[in-house]
Amino acid sequence: MAAPPKTRSWSWRSKAFRGVLYQVLVLGLVVAAAAYLFSNTLENMRVRGIKSGFDFITQPAGFAIGESVVPFDSSESYGKAFLVGLSNTFRVAIAGIVLATVIGTLVGIGRLSRNLLVRSLSGAYVDLLRNVPLLLQLFIWYFVLTEMLPPIEEALHPLPGLFFSKNGLQFPHPLWVPGHWGTLAGFVVGLIGVRGWARWVQARHDATGQAPMFWLPALAIVVLATAVGWLLGGAPTGFDVPEKTEINVVGGGAVTPEFLTVLLGLTIYTAAYIAEVVRAGIQSVPYGQHEASVSLGLSRAKELRLVQLPQALRVIIPPMTNQYLNLTKNSSLAVAVGYPDLVSISNTSLNQTGRAIECIAIVMACYLTLSLLTSALMNWYNRRAAIRER
Amino acid sequence: MANDTPIIVFDNVSKWYGQFHVLRDIQLKVAKGERIVICGPSGSGKSTLIRCINRLEEHQAGHLTVDGIELTDDVKAVDAVRRNVGMVFQQFNLFPHLTVLENLTLAPMWVGKMPKKEAEDKAMAQLQRVRIAEQAAKYPLQLSGGQQQRVAIARALCLTPKIMLFDEPTSALDPEMINEVLEVMVDLAKQGITMLCVTHEMGFARQAADRVIFMDQGQIVEENTPVEFFNHPKTDRAKDFLSKILSH
Amino acid sequence: MSAVVFTPIASRPPPVSAQGPLAWIKRNFFDGWLNSLSTVVTVLVLLWVIPPLFGWSVLHAVFAPDNAACRAAHAHGACWGVVVEKGRLILFGRYPFEEQWRPMAACAILIALLVASCLRPFWKRWLAPLWLIVLAICYVLMRGGVFGLTPVETARWGGFPLTMALSVVSLAVAFPLAILVALGRSSKLPAIRAVCVLYVELIRGVPLISVLFMASFMFPLFMPQGTTIDVLLRVLVGMTLFAAAYLAEVVRGGLQALPKGQVEAAQALGLTYWQTTRKIVLPQALRLVVPAIVNSFISTFKDTSLVTIVSLYDLTGALQLALGDADWRKFFLEGQLFVAAVYFVFCFALSRYSRWVEGYLNTGMRRQ
Repeated sequence: MAAPPKTRSWSWRSKAFRGVLYQVLVLGLVVAAAAYLFSNTLENMRVRGIKSGFDFITQPAGFAIGESVVPFDSSESYGKAFLVGLSNTFRVAIAGIVLATVIGTLVGIGRLSRNLLVRSLSGAYVDLLRNVPLLLQLFIWYFVLTEMLPPIEEALHPLPGLFFSKNGLQFPHPLWVPGHWGTLAGFVVGLIGVRGWARWVQARHDATGQAPMFWLPALAIVVLATAVGWLLGGAPTGFDVPEKTEINVVGGGAVTPEFLTVLLGLTIYTAAYIAEVVRAGIQSVPYGQHEASVSLGLSRAKELRLVQLPQALRVIIPPMTNQYLNLTKNSSLAVAVGYPDLVSISNTSLNQTGRAIECIAIVMACYLTLSLLTSALMNWYNRRAAIRER
Repeated sequence: MANDTPIIVFDNVSKWYGQFHVLRDIQLKVAKGERIVICGPSGSGKSTLIRCINRLEEHQAGHLTVDGIELTDDVKAVDAVRRNVGMVFQQFNLFPHLTVLENLTLAPMWVGKMPKKEAEDKAMAQLQRVRIAEQAAKYPLQLSGGQQQRVAIARALCLTPKIMLFDEPTSALDPEMINEVLEVMVDLAKQGITMLCVTHEMGFARQAADRVIFMDQGQIVEENTPVEFFNHPKTDRAKDFLSKILSH
Repeated sequence: MSAVVFTPIASRPPPVSAQGPLAWIKRNFFDGWLNSLSTVVTVLVLLWVIPPLFGWSVLHAVFAPDNAACRAAHAHGACWGVVVEKGRLILFGRYPFEEQWRPMAACAILIALLVASCLRPFWKRWLAPLWLIVLAICYVLMRGGVFGLTPVETARWGGFPLTMALSVVSLAVAFPLAILVALGRSSKLPAIRAVCVLYVELIRGVPLISVLFMASFMFPLFMPQGTTIDVLLRVLVGMTLFAAAYLAEVVRGGLQALPKGQVEAAQALGLTYWQTTRKIVLPQALRLVVPAIVNSFISTFKDTSLVTIVSLYDLTGALQLALGDADWRKFFLEGQLFVAAVYFVFCFALSRYSRWVEGYLNTGMRRQ
């Protein structure tokens, strides 16, 4: 028999009634405050002659952008300028995330090393970089990269094709021809092949208990497939190599000192936080797990792969993605060193058009979308990977 | 017993934790198939003693031989010993990210190089032995403490060890679950496997042990059959200890 | 039956090879081939880096504020003279030179109160009102206009006192706000929960710089026609809202870590919601997250450097200002290192304190 229906009483003493009342009060306050602010804003804008609306997006920008993935000139629209800014943000964020993860993981493992020197140096790295503001670190990097490097006439030449000077870093890169689609296709085929190989190795192990070698053949498959793809594409070998002239360095790909500053600053700073995340993750696996693995006879490598890493990764991945998000948000500091990221472009547009609210709203919307997407992804991962309890 | 060579020999074994002398000149011989209960006050070195047998702890003086292999820094010797010795911990130490069945098949597949089907059959047989076969697909944290400890025992048994070590297996359990684990241990004892058990459960000692060893401050103070030890303790320290634990 | 004679063995010291300085060196530096290799490589790298660094920063450095000597030593000696020369400008910003004893005094009082708040004997009820009084005194000291002190408008405040003022005030205001938001987020009433979630997710999803821009550009528009808002106040509001969102998450963590049985026991005794919250929930939840709160303070302290971008001259901004001087511009690095050292000392001390508090609270919570 189901429970009898709830009786509601509309008196002050009813808990449900009070709940509704409080919510109405709070909502009323919030709406009233918002209305007040809104009316003030409209009035102020009317008095100051500030126009509003997003129509400025289609108007020509009237400013050039220092560096961009796609060419941009001042006659193109504000909308395109914002997109270029967003692409610059992604460019530095993705490169930063990859580098910071590598460096951070190494330092995090170093913090747990048995070697006292390695342990102390890793600890010093983390302590030093986490206690100085990122903006100051960016300024220091900017100063080093723009004042302490030689001018382009005397650029540093550490490796063939690499030139390092006040004007940034110039490096050789392969010339893009349609033949390279072949190389790319070969690489993708190689990856699919590796997946198939992994499945075959697993099946073989299940059936017979023998574990054939995995990594070497996997590497061979990828390299072979890429090479075949490259050959089929016509074996393109064009490289754009920078060359030094009397007063300049021409050719090759280039990154500006502003990009390098933001990249290096963000990478080194975030790596310190990632190191702590990795260290905490590895230490979260109870020592008893190691003892159980050892008494079952598992070798160190197998123990790491089958017992320690699966458990450590569950603890590492959520805060790690948080750090990735922080790195992306911190890239907004690029405005202070002149790298044209999203915030910097928005600032310029704001100053030119006076549409403060719209420009800031665009920036906030972009970052908010990124944050919410990452949160959703993280929640999905947590649900899937959670260690099931009672 | 046909075989006379003892399976475990402690010859003047000493161990230090830093400056603390935790095992002092231990002399002990364990025969094949013998079931030993080690008891004593906390800090007496009982856990350290059995953890030296599968080299979870390293001794610094004396000789320790297990199944004819002497335990030294030689990695191969240690691996060989560990293949023959199974251990059950106080905190179970099951792998929480794997199912019960996967916990049991992990070592046979990856250390014993057994095919998956064979390992799973063997695992199910061990789960039957500890009477928990119906939980094979569950995760460890979904089980009660007593069930987890029985799974831990089954996991150690999957490698068919010659020696089973128990380090206070029931100390972390609620009272109503202690019995189900003790029943499994008594069954094992009846099947002839060599067992060394550090425990406070004197009922188990009376039921299943061939010998009771009493340790205090790193030394073996007294050893005797359970009947003799509990009814006629010879040393003052043993008498003192027994009066404390048996009166409660 | 005669008692068996049992001879106890006395404790002996461990054998020599397992201890002593040689064993310690082997364990920490040469334990295995990878370990030994790391030691060798690290020592080589250190030998390559440290002597030139030491030479630059100490041996050949110029300590006197002598521009000519500094230029002469430029490439191979640091010019710490720039710190002596520009030190006051960096530390106090554009505050009038003769009145700089006032921000110095205000800072000293604030730091003294901060240190006192960290020590156990001061954790009493009168600490919170004391904070308010001290903050008021500091404001009066810096602002002037009364007691014969010449007025100094907030636009001229700068350097270290500004950094301290921003961090302390924004956290002091953010803290109660964060508690309210955290309680709201844990509330069962959906409307209140929605408002709090919206606030927290909105602020945490965007960079601090856009919050500061928003406060800087949009705040004046929100106020009634004709009112002017102090630049410092705008920035303070922005930083407070930002800090409150992150602190709310920290407090919520503490609220969630509290066992449910505590609230149930309080309800069984007949306490109301606010009584339970004030007397049972908050004291325990906040104690659980004190280390995280100290970390929040460290973050806020570092984040104040961003006000440079909205043209307030805190410690980082004052540095930019001080080294706009063409004569000394070459020695920017030394100035930056000096400012970095100031931040480092402060933040490092706070993080060590946070670790100590964590240890202290953990031993307090364990059964004695």
